[in-house]
Amino acid sequence: MMLSEQIIPLFVVIPLAGAFLISLLGKKVKLLPDMLGVLAGLILCILSILSVRLYNASGALTYSVGAWRSPIGIEMVLDGLSVFMLVTVNLVAFCIALYAVNYMEKFTAKWKFYTLFLLMLAGMNGVVITGDMFNLFVFLEIAAVASYALVAFGTERQELEAAFKYAVMGTVGSSFILLGIVMLYSYTSTLNMADMNSVLLQKGAGSLILFVSVLFLMGFGLKAALVPFHAWLPDAHPSAPAPISAMLSGVLIKALGVYALARIFYNVLGVSEQLSSILLFLGTLSMVVGGILALGQWDFKRLLAYSSISQVGYIILGLGLGTPLGILGALFHLFNHSVFKSLLFLNSGAVEYATDTRDLRKMGGLSQKMPLTSTTNFLASMSIAGIPPFSGFWSKLLIIVAACRAEKFGYAFWAVLVSILTLAMYLKVIKFAFLGSLKDSLTRVKEVPLFMKLSMAMLALICLVGGVLLLPNLYGAFLQKASQILLLGAEYGAIFIKG
Amino acid sequence: MSKEHQAGMSLIVKTITRLTVGLILLYGIYILLHGHISPGGGFAGGVIVALSFIHLMLAYGKEMAFKKLSKGAASFLESGGAIMFLLIALSGFSGGYFFLNFINKGEPFRLFSAGIIPLCNIAISFKVGAGLFAIFVALVLLKTNSKEKER
Amino acid sequence: MIYLLCLVLFSLGVYCVLRKRNIIKIIVGIIIIEYAVNLFFILVAYREKGRAPILSSQTPILNMVDPLPQALVLTAIVIGLATTALLAAIAMRIYEKYGTFDITKIRELRG
Repeated sequence: MMLSEQIIPLFVVIPLAGAFLISLLGKKVKLLPDMLGVLAGLILCILSILSVRLYNASGALTYSVGAWRSPIGIEMVLDGLSVFMLVTVNLVAFCIALYAVNYMEKFTAKWKFYTLFLLMLAGMNGVVITGDMFNLFVFLEIAAVASYALVAFGTERQELEAAFKYAVMGTVGSSFILLGIVMLYSYTSTLNMADMNSVLLQKGAGSLILFVSVLFLMGFGLKAALVPFHAWLPDAHPSAPAPISAMLSGVLIKALGVYALARIFYNVLGVSEQLSSILLFLGTLSMVVGGILALGQWDFKRLLAYSSISQVGYIILGLGLGTPLGILGALFHLFNHSVFKSLLFLNSGAVEYATDTRDLRKMGGLSQKMPLTSTTNFLASMSIAGIPPFSGFWSKLLIIVAACRAEKFGYAFWAVLVSILTLAMYLKVIKFAFLGSLKDSLTRVKEVPLFMKLSMAMLALICLVGGVLLLPNLYGAFLQKASQILLLGAEYGAIFIKG
Repeated sequence: MSKEHQAGMSLIVKTITRLTVGLILLYGIYILLHGHISPGGGFAGGVIVALSFIHLMLAYGKEMAFKKLSKGAASFLESGGAIMFLLIALSGFSGGYFFLNFINKGEPFRLFSAGIIPLCNIAISFKVGAGLFAIFVALVLLKTNSKEKER
Repeated sequence: MIYLLCLVLFSLGVYCVLRKRNIIKIIVGIIIIEYAVNLFFILVAYREKGRAPILSSQTPILNMVDPLPQALVLTAIVIGLATTALLAAIAMRIYEKYGTFDITKIRELRG
C-alpha cells in the first residue's frame, strides 16, 4: 500500500464533496458556488496531471475500495487509458468551470448548476477510473441523470423537449447496457473487468458474447451518438447552456460512449473481425451523415452538434481499424476534439451572450467587436478542419494513414472527403458570423467578460500547440501508453489479475 | 368541523393517519437501525421514513407536513446525509483505505456491530428520506426547482 | 422458460416507448423496461430451492441464492427512481409550457 495510490479515489471524492457542499451552503453564501466549482476543477486538473507522472513512475495502479481484494471487492484502476481520459476530462472541465463563472450570471440558480456540473464530473471520472462493470453502470447513470437535468436547465419549451427526448433515449440505452452486464455476469460469475476477461478467455466466447456485444454497441453507441442512434444529440446539445453544451459534446459523449465502448470491447470482450468491421462502418456512416447534415444548418450550436457526430465518427473509425496507428490516431483525435469542440461551443456561447442570437444569418462582422472570440474561433475551426500545423491535422493524418496502411482505401477516401466538408462548414461559420460588414443591430455588441476570455484563450492555446503531444518525450509518456492498454486486448486480464 | 379539518382528506383518513403515522415512522427507524443484521437498511428505512411524512401530507395537506419538516430542512438533511456518508467513507483513510471498515466489528447479530455499516445506513436514510420527500414535494407543488434529485 | 417472460416484458416496454404518443405512457414504458431487466437479473441468480441469503445464528446455510445481484438490483432500482422522478418533473414542465402530453404536437425542434 503506497501513498501514491491514495490519489485514485480522490477523482470521485472531490467533485462529489464539492457538489454536496455547494448544495448545502450555496444558497446562503453568494460566492461559494463559483469558488468551489473552479477550485474543484483546478484541483482535479492538477491531480490528473500528477497522475500522468505517477503512472510513468510506477506503472498501472489498482486500488481496492475498503480493502476488499480484487475479484470480490470494487476495484479502481489507473492505467494508461484512464490517465489519458482523466487528463482530457478534467482539463476541459476546469476551463468550462472557469467560463461558467461569468456565463451563468444570467440564470438565477447558479448553485444548482454547479451542483449538477460537479455531479456529472464525478460520474465521468468514476466511469474512467473504475475497474468494475456494475460500478461503470452506476457512474454512467450518475453522469447521465445529471446531464438530463442540465439540458433542461433553462426550462423553456425547446429545452424541455430536448431534455425529454434525451432522457428517454438515454434511459433505454442504459437499460440495454445493464442487460448486457447481467448476461455477462450470468456467464462469467464476476463483475471485475480484468477477472471477467480472463474467465472469458478460459471459457471461450460463445454466441452469448455476440449478443452482448450487440447490446453494448446499442447502449454505448447511443451514448456516443453514433449515427443510427444520434437523434438526441442535435437537440440536446444546442438546448443546454453553452458551458454544458461544451461539456456534453467535448467530454461526456467520449467518456460515457467512446471510452466505455473501447474499454469493454478491447479489454473485456476482445475484438473480433465482425465487430471491427461494424465499428468501421458505423464510424464512416456517422462521419458522412453528420458532416452533410451539419452543412445545412443555420443555427450556430446545432451546426456544432452535427459536427460532433461527424468527429466522433472519426474516432470510432480509428478504433475500428484496430491497428496501433489507428488507435493512436483515434485517441489523439479524441483529445483534440474535446479541446476544440468545447472551445467552439464556448465561442458560440460567447456570441450568444453578446448578441442574444444563435442564428448565423443574423450575425456578421463580429470580428471587429469581439476580437478574442473570433480569433479563438478561427484557431479552433482550422484545427477541427485539419489544417496544418494545428493539432487536428495531425490526428486526422494519423487516422487516414492508418486506414491506408490497413488497405482500407475506401474508408480513407471518406475520411478525406469529410475533412473537406468540415472545412466548408467552418468557413461558413467564419464567413457569416465573424467576417463581412457589421449589421446595424449588432453595433452595441461588446466583448465578453474576463473569465470567459481567459478560458477560451487557454483552450485555444492547447489547440495551437496540441501537436507537440506527438513529440517523442511527451508521446511516450502520454499517448502511447494509452493506446498500448487498448492493444493489450486479451492480455489485459492477465496483467491486473494478480492484485 | 373546525377549520383545520378542511384541508386534506376526510375525517376517517385523518384519524387513521394520526394513529398510524407514528408507527410508520418508528418502523422505518427500526428497519434502518437493523439494516446490518436483517433485511432492510438505509435505503428501505429511508423510504419508509419519507413515506410517513408523505402520508401526513396526503391526509392533512401540505401546511401540516411542512410544519413537521420544512422544505429547507429537507434539502438541508439531504445534502447533510450525503456529506455524512462521504465523511464516513473518507475517514476510512485513517486506516489506509477509502471506505475501510475501521471500527471494531463486534460480534455478529448484535445491534452494535458491523463497524461503520450502521453509520452508513443512518447517513443513507437521511439522504434517501429527505430526498424522496423533496421529490414528492417538488412534484406536488410544481412551482420552481423541480429538478434537483440525484438519488 | 421463465426468462421468456422477461423478454416479453422487455419487448412490451420497448413497444410502449416507441409506439405510444402520450408522454406519461412513454415514461411507463421506460419503467417497464427497467423492471424487466431487474427481474431478469434476479432470476439469473435464482437457484432451485434456494433460500434467502441471510446469515442466521442457529443453522448454517447450505443452499442460498446468489446475493450479489440482489444488492445490485437495489442500486439499479434507486437509479430508476431518480430517472423516473426526473422524467416526471420534465413531463410536468412540458405540460405547463405546451398544454399537452401528445408528442406529435410537441415538435419545435427539427432538422
